[in-house]
Formats: sequence, C-alpha cells, structure tokens
Amino acid sequence: MSIPTYDAIVIGAGSVGLPSAMFMAEKGLKVLCIDQYASPGQGCNKAAIGGIRATHSSPAKIRLCLDSLQIFSSWKETHGFDLEWKRGGYLFVAYGKEQEKSLKELLAIQKAAGLSIEWHGRDELLNIAPALRPDGLLGGTFSPDDGSACPMLSACAFYEHGVSLGLTCRFNERAERVVVRHGSVTGVQTGRGNYATRLVVNAAGGQTKEVAQETALAVSVQPDCHEAGITEPVQPFLAPMVVDIRSMPGSKNCYFHQHTNGQVIFCITPDPPVWGSDRRETSGFLPMTARRMLDIMPRLASIRVRRTWRGMYPMTPDGSPIVGRSSAIQGYLFAGGMCGQGFMLGPGVGSLVARLAAGSLKNGDEEILAELSPGREFGKAEELK
Amino acid sequence: MTDFRIKKHPILPVPQDEPSISFSWQGRPMKARMGETVASALFANGVRIFGRHHKDGAPMGIFCANGQCAQCTVIADNRSVKSCMVPVHEGMSIWPLDAKAALPEYSPQLLFHAIETLDTECLICGGGPAGLSAAVELGKAGVTMTLVDDKPVLGGKLILQTHKFFGSIEACHAGTRGMDIAKALEQEARSYPNVRLWTASQVLAVFSDRKAGILREDRYFLIRPQILLVATGAREKSLVFKGNSLPGVYGAGAFQTLVNRDLIRPSENLFVVGGGNVGLIAAYHALQAGIKVKGLCEALPECGGYKVHKDKLARMGVPIYTSHTAVSANGEKEVESITIAALDKQWNIVPGTEKTFACDTVLVAVGLDPVDEFYHKAKEFGLPVFSAGDAEEIAEASAAMFTGRIRGKEIAKMLGRAVGEVPPEWHKTADILKSRPGAVTVEEIPGDEKGVFPVFHCSQEIPCNPCSSICPRSCIVIQGGDLMGLPAFNHANCTACGQCVAVCPGLAITLVDYRKAQELNSALVSIPYEFPGSTVKAGSTVTVLDTMGNVLGNVAVHSVRSSTTASKVLIVKVRAPFEIAKKIAGIRIQEPWVAEPLEEKIIRIDDDEIVCRCERVTAGQVRALIRKGVRDMNHLKAQTRAGMGSCGGKTCRNLIRRIFSEERIPPAEVTDFTKRPLFMEVPLGAFAGVYGGKGPAKEETQPRRVSALEGGV
Repeated sequence: MSIPTYDAIVIGAGSVGLPSAMFMAEKGLKVLCIDQYASPGQGCNKAAIGGIRATHSSPAKIRLCLDSLQIFSSWKETHGFDLEWKRGGYLFVAYGKEQEKSLKELLAIQKAAGLSIEWHGRDELLNIAPALRPDGLLGGTFSPDDGSACPMLSACAFYEHGVSLGLTCRFNERAERVVVRHGSVTGVQTGRGNYATRLVVNAAGGQTKEVAQETALAVSVQPDCHEAGITEPVQPFLAPMVVDIRSMPGSKNCYFHQHTNGQVIFCITPDPPVWGSDRRETSGFLPMTARRMLDIMPRLASIRVRRTWRGMYPMTPDGSPIVGRSSAIQGYLFAGGMCGQGFMLGPGVGSLVARLAAGSLKNGDEEILAELSPGREFGKAEELK
Repeated sequence: MTDFRIKKHPILPVPQDEPSISFSWQGRPMKARMGETVASALFANGVRIFGRHHKDGAPMGIFCANGQCAQCTVIADNRSVKSCMVPVHEGMSIWPLDAKAALPEYSPQLLFHAIETLDTECLICGGGPAGLSAAVELGKAGVTMTLVDDKPVLGGKLILQTHKFFGSIEACHAGTRGMDIAKALEQEARSYPNVRLWTASQVLAVFSDRKAGILREDRYFLIRPQILLVATGAREKSLVFKGNSLPGVYGAGAFQTLVNRDLIRPSENLFVVGGGNVGLIAAYHALQAGIKVKGLCEALPECGGYKVHKDKLARMGVPIYTSHTAVSANGEKEVESITIAALDKQWNIVPGTEKTFACDTVLVAVGLDPVDEFYHKAKEFGLPVFSAGDAEEIAEASAAMFTGRIRGKEIAKMLGRAVGEVPPEWHKTADILKSRPGAVTVEEIPGDEKGVFPVFHCSQEIPCNPCSSICPRSCIVIQGGDLMGLPAFNHANCTACGQCVAVCPGLAITLVDYRKAQELNSALVSIPYEFPGSTVKAGSTVTVLDTMGNVLGNVAVHSVRSSTTASKVLIVKVRAPFEIAKKIAGIRIQEPWVAEPLEEKIIRIDDDEIVCRCERVTAGQVRALIRKGVRDMNHLKAQTRAGMGSCGGKTCRNLIRRIFSEERIPPAEVTDFTKRPLFMEVPLGAFAGVYGGKGPAKEETQPRRVSALEGGV
C-alpha cells in the first residue's frame, strides 16, 4: 500500500494551523492537517477571547494583524459564514500617570506605522465606553478599526472552507514524529499512520516545542497558562475591548469586551506567569479578576458569570511569534509561539505561510519573515504584548 | 382574580390566611405568600409564560423549578433572576425577560469584602436524604463538617414526598412520609455542634487547588475540605418531541415542587409522560391536589415504577398507555393538548394510533441522571471524594438515606475517628434498598370467608416491609427472609386494628371483615384513602375497583375514620357483597369521562423538537450536523451553541448523545462536551466581594476571622 503523499502537512488544526492549511489549499496545494483533538479548534483556539487588533508595536505583527482584520471583517461577505465579527475598537485606559506615559509613548510608534489610533481625554473616553468609572480616569488610546470575532466559529469556518477546497483533516491523531532524511523533511508519522510530504508546518501552539523536538530542532516556545471567563448575554452596553494595563497583585493587566451576542468575555495576565500546560480551573481567578473589572467598570457587578476556562499562551523569549523556515531542516516551517495572539494573528500568518509554501511572497513579506525568523536573536520583549 | 393555590389537601397543611405580600407583574398588582418563590407566586396568579427567548421569541416558562436551568428567568427589581430560586418580597416589580436583559446602572461606590477561605474536615454538597444522613453519622463521630444546600429548607426532594416511604422502618423510616423524614433528619443533624448546615448556599465549582467555591446568600466563600461528599441528588432527564419547550411542559419534579412544597395548583388537566416511580407518584400527587390526570404514557411495554404505584393510579381512574410515546405537545403560546401514539417493537410510531388529549400541562418523567459534576472534578483534582444517594446511583430515597449513613461512617473512619467498621449488613441493606422491582406474581386472593384478615394487593417484589413491622400481633410475615419478599398473613389472631392498611406505602392492603356478615349480608372492607375527607362520607356510594383498576361495582360507605397510627390516612370501610369483597383494592377518584381523548387528532407541524433549551437548538440541527460527519460534541457546540447556554449542557448533553445513538454512531466515536465551571451563573460582584449586590457597610480588606464559622444556618 502506498503512503498517502501531500504537498504540505500542517500539525495543529487550531488558530494558526487551520488558516495556514486553508490558504495553502486555496493556492492549489494538496494539504493534510493533523490534530490530536477530535475536531477543529479544540486546543487553545477555543480558549481565545476573540480580540483582534492591529495596534501592536512590532511592525511584523501590525502587518499580519492588518491582514487578519481584513480577512475577519470581510469573511461574511465573501463566504457567507458569520464569524460574529464586530468592529468595536480597542480602548487602553489610563487611571494613572504611569499608564498614561506608556500609552502615549507607544502611540507615537503606532501612529508612525500608520495605524488608526488616538489619545482621548476622560470625557471622550466616557463617550466611547460610558460604563467606565469616571473618577480617576485620565484618558486612553482608542483604535476604532480593531475588533473581535468568535474563535470557535472562525475555526469552523476556516475548516469548512479548507475542506471545500480539498483540504484533508485528520483528528484524534497525534503527530508522533516528523521524518527527516538527509536534512530534509520526508513525512510525518502519527499514532495511526504515515504520511509523506516535503513540507511540514509546525502550528502546534502550546505544543510547538514538543513537536519540534521530534526533529531535534531547538525552538524556544514555552506555554504559560491564562484563565478567562464569559458572562450571560445582556443588551449591548460596551463597544470596545477595554484594556487596563495596571499591574496589580497577581496580574499584570486585565481586559474584556462584549461580544456581538451580548456576552462579556474577560481575561487577565497572571503575574508571575504560570508556566506549563495545566488547564484546570483555579479558585483564585474569579475573585482577582472580578475585583479588577469592577474597579474600572462598577456596572459589571450584576452581570452573571457563566463559564471560566484556561488556555495556553505559547511564549517566546521576546514576545514575538516564530514564523518561517527552519535553517537546519529543509521543508520545516514554523508558525508558532504566538504568545497568546494566535487567534488574531492566525489568518495573517496563515496567508503568509501559504505564500511561503507556494513560493509567491508579496512585497513586504521578507521583512516580516526577517523579524519573526526562527533563527533570530531573541532579545527584549515587545511592549504591551 | 383566579387564585391557583391549593385550598385543601389530604396530606399537607394548607395555610388559611390570605397571601399578604404585594408585588407586581408587568405593573399589575398581585399577592404572594411570605417566603414564596417568584415562580410560585406567578403561577399562583395564573402566570406561566415568564418571558421570550432572545433567539426566536419562543415563550419560556418553568422547566426544572430547581435552580438548574434558566428557563424561568424574569426581571425582578431590574435584575435578571431565576424565578424558581428567588423569594418574592414586598413591593417587588417583576417583568418578563423578553430578549436579553439590560445591565442595570450601578452605583460606582462599591464596597468590597475579602473572600474568605474556610477549612472544614468534610464538606457535604447537598442536604437531601443522603447528605443529611451522612451529616448525622459525621455529627455522631465528632467530625467538623459543613453541609451546603441550595434551598432555604433542608431535605432535598424529601420535602416534596407527601407519600409514605417504602423500605424498612428501622433502615429508612418506611411508612413515614418523606417530608416528615426530612424534618427528623435535619433535627438530628442540628443536634451536633460540630455540624454546620448552610442553606440557600450553592456550590459553584470544585477547583484544582481543592477548594470549593460557594455562594451563600449572595456572599462568596471558598471552602477547603479534607474530604468531599457529593450528595447532590439527581436531575430529570428530558425528551425530544415537538413542542417540548412550550410553557406547560416540564419535569415531574418541578411539578411536585410547585404542588407539594409551595401548594400551587399549576394545572387543571395534566398528562404524564413516563411510567417510572417519579411519573407515577407525580400523577398521584396531582390527583391529591385536585388536578385531573388525563393519562400517563410509557414507552416500554410495562411501567418501570413499582407496580403498587401503577395500580394505585389505575384504580383512581387514570388510564396508563404502555408502549406509547409523546408525539407532540400542542399549542401556540403554551400547552393546550398532547398527542401520543403507540410504538412498535423497533420503537417506531405506529401511524394511525395517535390520540390527542386536551391538557394544559405535560409532565416529563423519563428518568433521572446523577448530578455528579463535583464528584468527577474532585476525582480529577485529587481531592478525596465520596458520593452517596442519587449522585452515586439513581435509586429510591430510602437507599439514599442508607448510603448516606454508610458514607458518613466511612468518612469518619478515614478522618481517624474510632467509629469502627461499617457493619457488613449495612451494605446488604443498601443493596436491597437499591433493588429494582422484581418479578410480578399472580395476586393471591385468600379462600377464607370468615373472620377478619388482610388482603395484599401486592404482587411484585420490592424492598418494603412496614406492614410486617407494624403489626402488633405479628400476623404478617415477609416471605423469603429479606425486605424484597411479598407479605403473607400467617392466620394468627388479627384484631382488625387496621395499622397495616394505614401504613402500606402502596395503599395495597385492605382488611376484609366477615364477622358481621350475617347481620349485614355483606363483608366490611377497610380501604386506605389519601384524599380529602369531604370527598367520602358515611352513607354515600362509591365505585370500587380491583387491583388493576377494573370496576367491581358501587358500594355503600359504612364509616370513615382517621388512622390512629399513620398520619393523614383515612380508613374507609365499605359494605361489599361477598363476591367482590376480597377483590376490592381501592375507590375510584376520577370519573372515566375525564380521561377521554379528543375526537380530533392534532398533528403538530412546527419543527420545534428542542434539544438545547438555553440556546434553542433543535434535534433537526443536531441530526444534520451528525450526518455531515460531526462526531465531537464540542464541534457541534461551536456551530450551534448547544450546551453553551446558561445551564452548561445539563439537559441537552444526554439528548444529543441519544441522537448520536439513534443515528447509529458508536459511542466510542463520539467526543463528549468539555466540562467547565461554573455550575451556576453568579453575579461578577459576588466574586469581587460585593455582598448581596450592595457591599458591606464599610470596606473590609481583611477576612473576618470567625464570621462564617458560626454554626447552624
């Protein structure tokens, strides 16, 4: 029996793997996508809270997310599948001088990159988000073109569209080994079969490092775990994603938004980080997060929390993703280390991966790849990751 | 205004005063009783559509009446609340939840208290028969423990059980009514100072750091137990049929809550789907509350519940349709009728067999599922955990009390108390109490026609022996040596005291007296009767029936007296011709015309077989995705939102699994929902320490040291 052969095999059917596989299929490649879970997006895609912004400070991330925004915002029109996209903007609030200073410093970089973002004073901010606590509010930055979508629906949509283009997905199947001969990828072995290919995309999210080590490739991606929650749906009262960057005991920041269906989704960044892949619920998350949220939006006191969950942020030392070809192994491509932004970066990264696989890089891609290269020097972390 | 409260009841005490609390519904003034839930107050005032679903505008009403779902949500004083859990208070302004609730404006001056973590040796989730029995054992053993229950009154489902218990008197208070057992257990548990009982307190989650999150009357606590006992009981299964989410279709347990706890008469005409004990008993409770029961259908060829329960119902005049299923609940805004049909051996509906009954309420009583989420979480997180009662295995409450006792002792032993081993016979008794009903034998009618003796209309082995225990002359023996045997009369000197007649939980014993046969030219037959005394008077004529409900004839009532030993049972003595005297098993309550189907059959067209009630997902949607290849329930969830609603997949999970099985997908190919907290929706403010939505009088940054450790409620 001959071994099934593919132009490319993507490991991971999540936020990055699915759009990568889908866009490669769109380019006419014969693609296989393998995932250890039972269906699309069951790893950490569904743990994402859905925010999508281009207002980063790293040029590569800005460009990738601008592409993502384009894809998310036009998907319904193009493909007829509602991703629950909402252009609500991102609002970074300052309740202290320190935050005002950081946000304003960053603003200069973001404006220089041509992003639509402005500093607004207290009253203007209260027009954008009337539920904010007015006293102590100094102002903040608002980027109206950013927004949110539903990660789970997006995964379903990218999966279905990919399949309609000939993509094959195999679920409940774990990539055990990437087979390398004479320095080149020749295939992938899973617990259930062998598949031949000359191109492997490691889009394994939190497991990027585990998958990479099958080929003895050194890659510095370490997952840390974040907990998130969602409330009951209520009538719309909050348009933007609100981000509070104050450091408080136990957390570095806190952010939340109201989804199109009325549910409020929220998250914090634990401080110190909780390294590892433990996704079990903890008793500390809700009291800490609730207190933070009510501090900036007292009106949230009566909204009822429905569910909480935990997901992994695949972290890199400098807080930027790792996207590009491995210099050590021919045919090995990284699309990982999204540092908790896999959902918003996914479509942008996916289309870049497809261009890279098809040899059809566009203007500016080389700069992105240089910045996110797996072989780069990992230096200082990006601000406001 | 029409008042839908129960005015007289054969078992329950009915308050005579007028409801005194004033509240309003959509601006209309209404009256409620003190302590009554919003849902019951609305039902009492004839309101049973509580809102409309935000997705499709479907009318919503009560479903579980147990705080588990969110179908009964209303807006009370600007906040969306589960009406079945929140007590109504003076001046409350209640509005339907139409579409999504608006988030109320809030004072920016919130005050916070710190979230306390309390240590306890044993935490018991659930204060029903199992939890309370365990608490008694732990109390005796001197274990410091906390029992948490979500209702204001302890006892769990015991307090809805107005019928007498099966089992044995010494193991589980057999022959006593559930509601009285609850009081006795609570009283005993309260007598131990080391037992802390928290009512109106909801366990929200068991966390990986082995703490349980608990909301006690709007205040959030963490409890860190050494051992957890999950005695959370069961939840009602549901069924997929057209119109199954119309207001008026709800669980039998919900019905018993309204009727037996809150003394509401939520229905005039009722139909019951499911012939297990829950359905059979609910139908009986309906009759006792003066509600007409149009019938009961059961998909299997025989009812799964105790035969004595089924017989009792048949005798009262309720037709039982076995091998029949519910095809549709019909009506536009609420239930107006039900259509049932016969099933063939492959469980397909036999066309042409449909029958439609006019009714306003359809009770779904198709079995129970253990509420075992916390058990599995604790197991996963390495917190030592036990389960007891229905949370462990669905069985009768008598078994729950007994397994609760066993767990209590086991836990005390594990905590190092010198309580000794669990006696081996306890395990045996627990197994017997959990037994499914056994084989049905032919009822034996004694040959005697002289003297006085009991006749047992009891021909199925069930774990039950109060008749034998109560007889002062030891005239009744249980055959075969354990609880499961059938009773037999040993011809010793029966004094006609009638205690066996009064105590039998199945109302399956009559006493036939020939001692005045010559003088009266008939036998006197004593029949147990649990309906209001006003419905049967000496000198009046009643229709008597045999065990199965066949009419034997009309006879005169000789006398009516209250039982001296069993509370609230009347002993009706009738004068019966010799040829029927020993066959008489009961008195007809409901006239046959009541239960007749409509001439016209109603076939519902709407595609509204709802699987996920929270998100209004239909069986058709689920089936289509399964046929498209979906095998992961989480994938199904992502596309349809089934299981993503307020209740977190408590009801739809099993319905979806059933559709997978109907589609012949092997269970091994199906991936289950991922289970995440919370168990219940709770205001964000509670987690932040905003007590009661208002906050403490002043900011508390430090936990109060003993605060919640005060014993009792």
